[in-house]
Amino acid sequence: MKRFLLPLVIFLVMVCFLFIGLNLDPREVPSPLVGKPAPMFSLPRLDDPKQAFSPKDMLGKVWLFNVWASWCGACRDEHPILVELSKSGLVPVYGMDYKDTREDAQQWLQQGGNPYIATAMDADGRVGINYGVYGVPETYVIDKAGIIAYKQIGPVTDESLRNKILPLVKRLQAQ
Amino acid sequence: MIPEIGHFSLILALLVALALGVFPIIGAASGNAVWMGLARPLARAQFLLIAIAFVCLAYAFATMDYSVTYVATNSNSKLPIQFRIAAIWGGHEGSLLLWAMILSVWTVAVSLFSKHLPDDMRARILGVMGLISVGFLLFMLMVSNPFERLIPAALDGRDLNPLLQDPGMIFHPPMLYMGYVGFSVAFSFAIAALLGGQLDAAWARWSRPWTTMAWVFLTLGIMGGSNWAYYELGWGGWWFWDAVENASFMPWLVGTALIHSLAVTEKRGSFKAWTVLLAICAFSLSLLGTFLVRSGVLTSVHAFATDPRRGLFILVFLVVVIGGSLALFAWRAPTVGRGGKFDVVSRESFLLANNVLLAVAAFSVLLGTLYPLFLDALGLGKISVGPPYFDTVFAPLMTPALFLMGIGPIARWKKSSLPELALRLRWAFGVSVATAMLLPLLLGHWTPMIGLGLFLSFWIFASSAHLVYQRLRGTDQQLITRIKAIPRSWWGMVIAHLGIAVFTLGVTIVKGFESEIAVRMLPGEVAHLAGYDFTFKGVEEIQGPNYTASRGQLLVTKNGVERTILSTEKRLYTVQNMPMTEAGISPALIHDLYASLGEPLADGAWSVRLYHKPMVEWIWAGCAMMALGGLLALSDKRYRMRKRLKKEGELKSNEALA
Repeated sequence: MKRFLLPLVIFLVMVCFLFIGLNLDPREVPSPLVGKPAPMFSLPRLDDPKQAFSPKDMLGKVWLFNVWASWCGACRDEHPILVELSKSGLVPVYGMDYKDTREDAQQWLQQGGNPYIATAMDADGRVGINYGVYGVPETYVIDKAGIIAYKQIGPVTDESLRNKILPLVKRLQAQ
Repeated sequence: MIPEIGHFSLILALLVALALGVFPIIGAASGNAVWMGLARPLARAQFLLIAIAFVCLAYAFATMDYSVTYVATNSNSKLPIQFRIAAIWGGHEGSLLLWAMILSVWTVAVSLFSKHLPDDMRARILGVMGLISVGFLLFMLMVSNPFERLIPAALDGRDLNPLLQDPGMIFHPPMLYMGYVGFSVAFSFAIAALLGGQLDAAWARWSRPWTTMAWVFLTLGIMGGSNWAYYELGWGGWWFWDAVENASFMPWLVGTALIHSLAVTEKRGSFKAWTVLLAICAFSLSLLGTFLVRSGVLTSVHAFATDPRRGLFILVFLVVVIGGSLALFAWRAPTVGRGGKFDVVSRESFLLANNVLLAVAAFSVLLGTLYPLFLDALGLGKISVGPPYFDTVFAPLMTPALFLMGIGPIARWKKSSLPELALRLRWAFGVSVATAMLLPLLLGHWTPMIGLGLFLSFWIFASSAHLVYQRLRGTDQQLITRIKAIPRSWWGMVIAHLGIAVFTLGVTIVKGFESEIAVRMLPGEVAHLAGYDFTFKGVEEIQGPNYTASRGQLLVTKNGVERTILSTEKRLYTVQNMPMTEAGISPALIHDLYASLGEPLADGAWSVRLYHKPMVEWIWAGCAMMALGGLLALSDKRYRMRKRLKKEGELKSNEALA
């Protein structure tokens, strides 16, 4: 009798795990970069290629660094949220246009509004590699010392902004 | 209006399925013939109602009715008609409808081809299938209704995922689902047998053709999916151990074990409890696959929109169906008895060993697929389990399984002798060892994995050849009469086994000898790979129905002689702004030449990846042979019902005369 119960027992154990798994988000991948200094770079700006943007310019401020691209569908979802956020002035938002063309990117910003104080052009995706970009969009919270405090993979949502990003930004700004 | 008709007939179908799941089963338990008799008309009514719903959804897609949410999210006015129809199963809700549709097709098939079954058995089988259908229809109507309206209607649809805009989309999902859902028949037979306490040879004989049929579909479905991934994803791989692929592979492994253990149960009466367990597992893994794909607990390249309520519903459904049937198994299986005894060295033992290996293989795939989830649930961090795990675990399990495949069919039932087997297979063994040692040297290099793969492949070829030789020699009849005298199911087995050999050979050669380069090419530039010269002819812009594309062409020459032109595209699907690569492939028996266009670089140059894939087509040819073997077995005389019934009738009337 006992050995005939074994399949049932194994199955029930598996169900427990599946149940817990339902409440976890597989996309929430910890980044090895969290707690480490944001990789340095200097890239031409989207609006004016003669000017460069570097995270060095941002030392002393808490800021959001949003990696996006005009070809990315999910970026379309988060875009209005970023536009709202930048209007609110709570935290400066900078962007990096990842593996994209200047024309497409500028057209995209004209259509959807520009939430970024400045956008760096990472046309060949080199800097993206240093940041461990899995897929676009990704958003980093970087503190006054230039340390990455948080990484959001996938689009920023109202919920993640309210529950994670903004409280964290407030705490870091107070430091 | 039409979508409402579809919605309404889904509701009716749910009621009919509920009746089908309740009355015939109670009727069978209480011996109520009228209630048992309801099973067949209800099965047909259910099919009709779901078919109406299906046609309504197809109509909404064909007429571009963007006031239906599902159509608006998965179609677009620029989408060509064949993809608009295939888009029915392009998203979550529609694939569930396809699931329910195919389940009702199988149910109706059982109701049509079950005249020879006892009434109570048939009532129980159809009843169990009705209960499964209840689960899926309820799921659809509660949280995944494909007919939900979008008011106000969208001006245009958001388009079908460009990855799915391929002829593969038209055939692959229905094939795969026919296989997945087809195992519900074997499952229902097993549950019905457990309920009725009739686990005997007759039960195994009835289950066999249904199981083989489902297995054939699943084999073809997986083959199609693998081939599709090969040319669509643009990096030359044919299997990625992705969670969704694993979800289809696990039922296949268990289904393969089931086919073999059913044979033993029918012929020798052994392994009854084990066979029942396999039948339950094969379908449970199909359901689990659906859960994994549809609930979002795992990430995969086949990402679907997810909704936690859906995940919870499927999980509860899994607990009811799988948990319920495993509980029934624990309760009823101990009374089954053991069946015929057999020796340690006998065909039964070899088949049992193969069965265990296949089941363990399926279990290790399950473990690898769920392992990231387990660790995450225990708070031990996030990892992903990839090809390294599966390759490492799979080779040691499949090596003995393939080796036994050569011996099993030659061994005798009940009792065989090892020295005799060794004597009979010594030539096959010698030939395969020699090939494994020498052939790689001719081809260029030898590694242990190449040697092992070639040995196993040629071992199956040679032992099958020996098997056929043994079977055909001896009598003094004409060869053709002797061939005809052998049942088709036997030929089916031989061909399916040869299919495994062809598959193994393809995998071994392509893994051992493939080569690839990634190059930056200016128009007119030449790249060299595997003795071929690839001249880049430049890129032209073309306009597709719903995409724009850059099409690059490469002229392939060998020693100055033109061989073929590879044409590869980088497409941009305009609605979703999604880039896709169309690989340029020149397939052939000996090797594929494969080119895929990368990114545009400065000065008009492009990055291009070129692959040389020796014998890669053999992989799918092997799968096709397996499926062909299954079909041959199905066409065996003993499954041709009408003739046999007629014969039995004649016998009876003869007896009456005598």
